[in-house]
Amino acid sequence: MKRLLALGAVVLTTAALAWAGSDDQPKAGGAPKPVITKAVKGEQCVEPTDTMRRDHMKFLDHHRDQAVIEGVRTKKYSLKECINCHASETTGSVAASKDDFCVSCHSYAAVKIDCFDCHSTKPQGSAAMHPLNAETAHYKHKLAAQAASKVSAEEMAGVAQ
Amino acid sequence: MSELNQMSNQAPASPERRRFVGVATAAAGLAIAPGVMLVEVAHGRPEDQAASSAVRWGMLVDATKCATGCNDCVTACSTENGWTPVAESAHPKQAPQWIRKLELQDPLTQMETNLPMMCQHCAEPPCVDVCPTGASFKRADGIVLVNRHTCIGCRYCMMACPYKARSLVHESLNDTQKPDVPRGIGCVESCTLCVQKVDRGDGNTACAEACTAAGHDALLFGDMNDPESEISKRLRELPTKQVRADLNLNLGVRYHGI
Amino acid sequence: MASITFREVEGSSLKYWLLFGGLGLFVLFGALAWNHMHHYGHVVTGMDNQIVWGLPHVFAVFLIVAASGALNVASIASVFNKPMYKPLAPLSAILSLALMLGGLLVLVLDLGRSDRLIVAMTHFNFKSMFTWNVFLYSGFFVLVGAYLWTMLDRNVKTYSKTAGTAAFIWRLVLTTGTGSLFGFLVARELYGTAMLAPMFIIMSFAYGLAIYLMVLAAAYAWTGRTLGDAVMMRLKTLLVVFVAAVLYFVVVHHMTNLYFTKYHAVEAFILRDGGIFTTLFWVGQILIGCVVPLVILLSKLGTQRTWIMVACALVVVGGVAQMYVTIIGAQAYPLDMFPGLIESSSFYDGVVHSYAPSVPELFLGLGGVAIALLVTVFAIKVLRLLPASLDDATVAKLEH
Repeated sequence: MKRLLALGAVVLTTAALAWAGSDDQPKAGGAPKPVITKAVKGEQCVEPTDTMRRDHMKFLDHHRDQAVIEGVRTKKYSLKECINCHASETTGSVAASKDDFCVSCHSYAAVKIDCFDCHSTKPQGSAAMHPLNAETAHYKHKLAAQAASKVSAEEMAGVAQ
Repeated sequence: MSELNQMSNQAPASPERRRFVGVATAAAGLAIAPGVMLVEVAHGRPEDQAASSAVRWGMLVDATKCATGCNDCVTACSTENGWTPVAESAHPKQAPQWIRKLELQDPLTQMETNLPMMCQHCAEPPCVDVCPTGASFKRADGIVLVNRHTCIGCRYCMMACPYKARSLVHESLNDTQKPDVPRGIGCVESCTLCVQKVDRGDGNTACAEACTAAGHDALLFGDMNDPESEISKRLRELPTKQVRADLNLNLGVRYHGI
Repeated sequence: MASITFREVEGSSLKYWLLFGGLGLFVLFGALAWNHMHHYGHVVTGMDNQIVWGLPHVFAVFLIVAASGALNVASIASVFNKPMYKPLAPLSAILSLALMLGGLLVLVLDLGRSDRLIVAMTHFNFKSMFTWNVFLYSGFFVLVGAYLWTMLDRNVKTYSKTAGTAAFIWRLVLTTGTGSLFGFLVARELYGTAMLAPMFIIMSFAYGLAIYLMVLAAAYAWTGRTLGDAVMMRLKTLLVVFVAAVLYFVVVHHMTNLYFTKYHAVEAFILRDGGIFTTLFWVGQILIGCVVPLVILLSKLGTQRTWIMVACALVVVGGVAQMYVTIIGAQAYPLDMFPGLIESSSFYDGVVHSYAPSVPELFLGLGGVAIALLVTVFAIKVLRLLPASLDDATVAKLEH
């Protein structure tokens, strides 16, 4: 197995290096410090800031398994709630531009996150307020439906509390 | 093997579940209408409580009421769950379809039938059996889901599903997902029985709501384990069939009029 | 028993490096193809929600099946105690490892989330045939690797028979597992039968031996070493038996299906109305893959080296056609959810699905083949895998 993995790794690395060459590499020494914007809503995160900085992924991982597999949908440690508070005021997202909350730190630390391959980077109900999000025309009727729906109104109320 | 599967599915939830079942049974003993009690517990499940095997979510499809040419359930599903309707997709053959209208015709009698087809939420799902990583799983309350955190996109479940219920997301979704419905490139997906709505306590799916709103009432969602639920009552009276009943998968979606 | 001298190939000629570079180029193309598919998603392939496993799987499964078969020669030597095959065993083992590596790489690089390979190595569902195969493939590398070691290192030579037997049993189980990937699918008419497991085993014998013969002949011809007719004719006869057995299994499989009315439609599709799949079945799998090679090998032509090579190539081409029909043909035929009724929908229910492989898929598959050959070419340069000579006199001494 190790042999396979090692050989596989060699091939993958070769391919990855070929690919990485085309990306923008941060310049050594001169990497810009991450911009950490204070959360738009609320005063204090669910855990002390230091704990969150170090362990947020552990909370998220644990919560995601409970939510997906068992259906436990508590708000504390839920990625959706992170986004609700930390979405940028300008882009409405945690990962749309390079200074947005999640991306800013993660690109500084060079840790790839694939949360947003699947998860929306914006709070619920915000899409209508940020028409830039609607990339295709067909999506507009859905935005309208979402803005008008009872669900998003409730969610907004929940967020406001 | 299936018992094993079930056990492993429930194992993490078991203390919670036992407590829940205990409460429910005690309540049932006291209450005059135990069914009502159960429905209430099931629908209003607190957010910190795990899904329970005391509930089995299911759907009754009355094909005799399903209107020809009506696509409301499909549109409602795509709106709720954020997948692009096939007509608007640039790659229709690769576009995911969580639910679709199926038209059937008997070549001899010319009899035509209309029905929505989606994940049948089997009690013994072949997709769960074949999934190498366990990403394809059945939740305690009978909903068959894909855990996208562990799905590697091997598509074995798509090969195994007798209902062609599953789709692979073939391209990047560019942040067009709904906050409630994560879905993404390279992972397999299918009908979730609107699990986000169920967990929120809506007690209904987007497709069934749309069908009722259109006045057809061909779709009925509910708890098949609760003898007093609307769906259980209707299932008792109405002759229904399971699609490909020969496979003996014990489906969560039952059809009348096929 | 006479001893045989094993020697590395020189591997310094221009021809060697051209071969090496050519194969390397295809490996590079394969890597680029994967990168393209991984970056844009499966939207750039010909695969869709109807044909979910495409050309990469045809190559991957073919290579994996052939890998198991390529071990044949070594097994005959150590498990069945045929001394004549002993000098042929090391190449057999390394070729088998190389083909397995190529096949597995294609398989994992075609995943929708190939970046999550580690998940497949850490999360297991033991009811899945796929999970079993992960262990079977890993074990294959370990056992065949150990077996190769016993062949190359005098200190552990005494364990050769044990290791060989273990590897032999393991690879039978492995191919059973590969066949069962399809055999355990209840939904598709052409799958869902235990027939597939033994059929895959016998196919692995034929494909693996055909590839082995070609690699052996090429290695000896290109390095100027002597490969006598005794070896060739013996292996040729073996190939005849395997190819005939493949034909037998295919006939029995389809005859059985033809007896059951519920399979008539799908059999009519493959055997008569399936367009490209029907052509690939009759012309590719049956004619090119079985009948013509049998005719060549059993006739006078079968005594000539060139024609044996042609027959081997045809068996390989037929094997790829067989995989294409087995994997893609079975998916092209629509699922029969409502037997007896005509189905139609926006999701292509009730219609035969078309599939046009894209360039990246083809190069990903060819990349797997190239990496298998590249590993073999490199291995015979650095390890003593090939006997210095296999002329008839040397081989004859082994028999006594």
